[in-house]
Amino acid sequence: MTGSNDRIGSSTVGVSTPAVELSGITKAFPGVIANDRISLRALRGEVLCLLGENGAGKSTLMSILSGLYQPDAGSIRIDGREVRIGSPRDGRELGIGMVYQHLSLIPTLTVLENLMLGSNPGIVLDEVRARARLGDLAARLGVHVDADVRVGALSLGQQQHVEIIKALWKDSTVLILDEPTSMLTPQGIEELQKVLLGLKASGLAIIFITHKLHEAIAIGDRVVALRQGRVVGELGPEVLRTGTPHEIQGRIVEVMFGEDPTRGPQIAELREDLAAERSDARTRLEGSPEILRLDGVSAPGARGQHGIEGATFVVREGEVLGVAGVDGNGQRALAEAIAGQRRSSVGTIHLGGEEVTNLSVGARQRLGLRYVTDDRLHEGVVGRYAVGLNFVLKRIGDEPFWRKGTIDRKAIETTARSLITEFDVRTPSPATPIGKLSGGNIQKALLARELSFDPRVVVFHKPTHGLDVKTIAAVRDRIRALAARGVGVIVISTDLDELIDLSDRVAVLFAGRIVGVVENGPQAATRIGELLVGGEAAA
Amino acid sequence: MSEAAGRTAVNPRRADGLIGRIGLALGPILLAFLTTAVLLAILGRDPVAFYRDILLAGVLRPSGLQDSITRMAPVLLVGAGLIVSFRASLWNLGADGQYLLAVAFVAGVGSRVIGDLPPVLGWVVLAVAAMLIAGAWTFVPALLKARYGLNEIVTTLMMSFIGIAIANVLIKGPLKGDEMVPQTFVYPEGTMLWDLPGTTIHVGVVAALVVVVLVHLVLTRTSLGTRLDVLGANPRAAVHMGIDVPRLIVVAFFLSGALIGLAAASDIMGIFGYVRADWDPGYGLKVVPLVFLAGLNVIAFIPIAAFFGVLSIGGDYATRKADLPSDFILVFIGLLFLFMIVTQYVSARRARGEPVLPAWFRRTLPARDATEGDGG
Ligand SMILES: Nc1ncnc2c1ncn2[C@@H]1O[C@H](COP(=O)(O)OP(=O)(O)OP(=O)(O)O)[C@@H](O)[C@H]1O
Ligand SMILES: [Mg+2]
Repeated sequence: MTGSNDRIGSSTVGVSTPAVELSGITKAFPGVIANDRISLRALRGEVLCLLGENGAGKSTLMSILSGLYQPDAGSIRIDGREVRIGSPRDGRELGIGMVYQHLSLIPTLTVLENLMLGSNPGIVLDEVRARARLGDLAARLGVHVDADVRVGALSLGQQQHVEIIKALWKDSTVLILDEPTSMLTPQGIEELQKVLLGLKASGLAIIFITHKLHEAIAIGDRVVALRQGRVVGELGPEVLRTGTPHEIQGRIVEVMFGEDPTRGPQIAELREDLAAERSDARTRLEGSPEILRLDGVSAPGARGQHGIEGATFVVREGEVLGVAGVDGNGQRALAEAIAGQRRSSVGTIHLGGEEVTNLSVGARQRLGLRYVTDDRLHEGVVGRYAVGLNFVLKRIGDEPFWRKGTIDRKAIETTARSLITEFDVRTPSPATPIGKLSGGNIQKALLARELSFDPRVVVFHKPTHGLDVKTIAAVRDRIRALAARGVGVIVISTDLDELIDLSDRVAVLFAGRIVGVVENGPQAATRIGELLVGGEAAA
Repeated sequence: MSEAAGRTAVNPRRADGLIGRIGLALGPILLAFLTTAVLLAILGRDPVAFYRDILLAGVLRPSGLQDSITRMAPVLLVGAGLIVSFRASLWNLGADGQYLLAVAFVAGVGSRVIGDLPPVLGWVVLAVAAMLIAGAWTFVPALLKARYGLNEIVTTLMMSFIGIAIANVLIKGPLKGDEMVPQTFVYPEGTMLWDLPGTTIHVGVVAALVVVVLVHLVLTRTSLGTRLDVLGANPRAAVHMGIDVPRLIVVAFFLSGALIGLAAASDIMGIFGYVRADWDPGYGLKVVPLVFLAGLNVIAFIPIAAFFGVLSIGGDYATRKADLPSDFILVFIGLLFLFMIVTQYVSARRARGEPVLPAWFRRTLPARDATEGDGG
């Protein structure tokens, strides 16, 4: 706590004065009150975890604190002083650093340029010092970041690292992280947690938004839950530090959703016997026909990213094949090669016995191939189009949404309404531009689009990132149900628990190569971990 | 870009919807009028007289009004052509080359063959040919863009220069008539497009209106329109959605060029009947700001095209009378574009609830407090 004084820069501020105090913050958007008289305080030397279902208003609240949005009502105090934060720049000057949920880096600039942009007011940019600082912060996060690669060429996980480094770049009093771990591997998350604990000890106030309960328990001193724009509960250290993790998770879920968590296995994290459920795979898939086959497929990667080399595997009808690996090891190249967005230079791809190697994206879609991209904002949706139109963007021109070549808005709206209900997409209306939805709700809409219209093979790339615990459970159930109907499924994820939960087999991707395939079962997690490490050793 | 700004103005507390959009279009026009007036005053001309002359020659005199309406036709068609490509974020800046090549053909070849063709059919054949020629002139930039991702701004401009040069070479050479001056033959008596009864407005103007309404329907109702919009909004999404992007690029450019070629056919067969070398109305760049002013919406572009018609017909007269070069009217158009960008920037910031004035300026103002209670 004593270390905080040099950051406060004013001896009149007592230790007990909250670093941040929000009172009565209200923010309405067309058709929804995102924040409804929210009051919240964050103390120095404390990690405050902000939890809540998708669309609860977390990102909005934090964007108000960072200066991106202006509240309709309410006041903000920083170190006891009332302030008006007119822009993110004002926010930075007040010592508020933020990692936004949706990455805000400029893709055409290099990593170093992006980092120096936000910080350096002078004309002469001190590149040498910036490089040193980048190296230092990267080392603390335990990651390697190439300073001179264009950000657009990085995987989303790597971009997330840069984003975190950017928030740490300038010493801040308040550090806000909006789902900073959604793209990271378990090791990455551990390193981040260490860094945050270090920062906390030096007197920062940290506000951490996450959907992963165990993260909240591991680093949170306090948990505040939002629901429908309001604060619905708070758990202090006394709760977070007593009982088994399982019990604490139960408590958190209870305040988040206001209901008894023991009713049914709705929350993925609360389930314990994950692997066992899938271990009957061998018998179940016996004799099931091949639906997707890759033979020696190689495809180039974007600059600074791995492509894939010699990918060979088979997915059977009804099978879930997981793909594990650190983000940036060829996941995107693999997914895009299957989807047809990236032409493979060598090898062949068969879909249900038919060769599709040279078919276009659209032709493969018509054969029943679906790809749920991990880049929902830049690729998966058109942000300024209505939710409804986004549902049918992969079927432009098809009946019944286009009749005799002209658009049938009624038909689109009808379908949209039923998908919105079925997938619980929280949106004011089907006509709302999809970019206005909360991150998790955009993800739900994306999944709704791909899971409908009778797929035969679905490639999921980080299918549950940004979803709340309840929705994750629902989505995983849907993926299982999909497989049970005979669909071939590939799940690419950095989240090992997710892969264990879903897969029949897990392929491990390292540096663009599949270094091993593991049958799911009791020892699977250990084996996958070994392969990941082994791949690293072999490289 | 202006379309995006139009659509993001969703904050209900701000001027919104139709009124907001009209304001967004009228505001810059008023500002441009005011600034031009100041400029005129500085140049020692009487701004009031200048604007009165524009109004007089462009609207109030019957012949002026008819000329203004006639002038709309090429502007409408060129504008529709630009909108088709701009909506897909394909920047066809080569309209002048596309236009003039079609002009050279319709004037040079058309004047020779029109007499031998059955009346209405002759016009249709020449118009289709003009569309094919101007459309084909986009192939090189379109293919370079589709196949190699080359920047079409550079390639369309280059092809435009080449197209203009070729058109002039043709008009001075193979397509020259037998006068001494470098110009084509003139359309024979009675072969020009008919005028509407009792007017000097040719039927090409009506055709142009019909065509732009059709273009609007295609852009807003059909799958092609949706595909163009998706490509324009987010090329990566377009690929992801399974749109055949290279093909779409070629189609969009071709349609764009074809509409511009139709403008050429309408001008030659409806108004001029011939063309002389080195003539270039330069529609391409003049129309660019106007289509943005219309938010890349073809219907919204119709009144703007009418406005432009008045401005150029009335402006011809007013500048001559005020002893200014006729290009002075371009000053107005330039200012218009400038104010348009500023207005949209400001309204986009307001819609997001951000302060409009820069921070250094705000600090010099008294703190805004409870007086700013427009919403909460
Ligand atoms: N710019 C915006 N325009 C209109 N509505 C918005 C905007 N931003 C957020 N909303 C709405 O406000 C509500 C809260 O969104 P917010 O992004 O704060 O949720 P969240 O708690 O961060 O959810 P998630 O966990 O999915 O990220 C949602 O209903 C969303 O649709
Ligand atoms: Mg959020």
